[in-house]
Amino acid sequence: MTASSEFFMILGMMIVTFSIRYVLLAFSGRFTLPKSLEKALNYVPPAVLTAIIVPSVLISDNKLFISWENPYLPAALAAVLAGFLFPKRVLAASISTGLVVFAIVSYFQLIR
Amino acid sequence: MIRKEFFNGVRDTFPLLLGAFPFGVIYGTLAINSGLSVQASLAMSAIVFAGSSQFIAVGLVAAGAPVSIIILTTFVVNLRHMLYSAALLPNLKKLSQRWRFILAFFLTDETFAVSAGRYRHTDDSPHKHYYQLGSSLAMYLNWQLWTLVGLLLGSRIPDAQSWGLDVAMIVTFIGMTIPYIKNKPMVMAVLTSAVVSLLTFQWPYKLGLIAAAVCGITAGILIERVQKMKNSYKEETI
Repeated sequence: MTASSEFFMILGMMIVTFSIRYVLLAFSGRFTLPKSLEKALNYVPPAVLTAIIVPSVLISDNKLFISWENPYLPAALAAVLAGFLFPKRVLAASISTGLVVFAIVSYFQLIR
Repeated sequence: MIRKEFFNGVRDTFPLLLGAFPFGVIYGTLAINSGLSVQASLAMSAIVFAGSSQFIAVGLVAAGAPVSIIILTTFVVNLRHMLYSAALLPNLKKLSQRWRFILAFFLTDETFAVSAGRYRHTDDSPHKHYYQLGSSLAMYLNWQLWTLVGLLLGSRIPDAQSWGLDVAMIVTFIGMTIPYIKNKPMVMAVLTSAVVSLLTFQWPYKLGLIAAAVCGITAGILIERVQKMKNSYKEETI
């Protein structure tokens, strides 16, 4: 790739990426969202996070991988359980339990 | 107070920094092998700063795709960020244009997830945007560092993907999702998103993620409406 086409590629990527991130915020002073839409936006974080988590856990090599051989699965289940059991410290509970279970399952797979 | 918000943002982003390690290293490795120059590979991380689209872009460079196609693909892959800025809009609209400009540049999946959790807290701290800035800068510097490591050592680091560091991101995101699951509409939103994400995982350019999120959001709103109708019906009959 020539230096000038590299330059235009990165410039173009920057412009489209930044525009997507900025356009609504740039004009946010000029319009008010209808109440119903603002309510709908409450669902964005859990819906997006779930859409990232579920395939990361269950898909491996482009296939569904539901098995105890898949260490991501018990780790994720443990993280969900711990999070619901400790509602006051959800984040710490989910992260620590998930990581520990992942380490244990991976270790047993390694030594087998 | 400002300083505390900033460093809390950095701290809460920490597990996600770990999760970004394998991706940064793999990006660096792919970039070098795609035929992109070192400067361009670094510049892409520094001024585009959007992991998934960077991956796909270097893949397209290696395949000899034209620049116009690469830019168009970047647009589609990063479209989900508009959903994030929409969701943060109610919290950011009172900030100055300069603040909105800066926070928009640094908006990633991770910073969105962390900051949305902070904005949900009902305390009346006027400095919550410093929390988002802390998370933003932590993610940014971390990404630059791992890109550099990937470029320098890339092929010498054996299969960073198989270390399982991405599990840190997954369990953190799980811990961030659970506090939302407080009522029936939220349960439906999450379940719907989960099912649709499995039906659409083969869709290219992260379009499956957008489809899953939109279906989840719609399911949540529908259940909320149904509940409201039931309640008003009950009131009428009483």
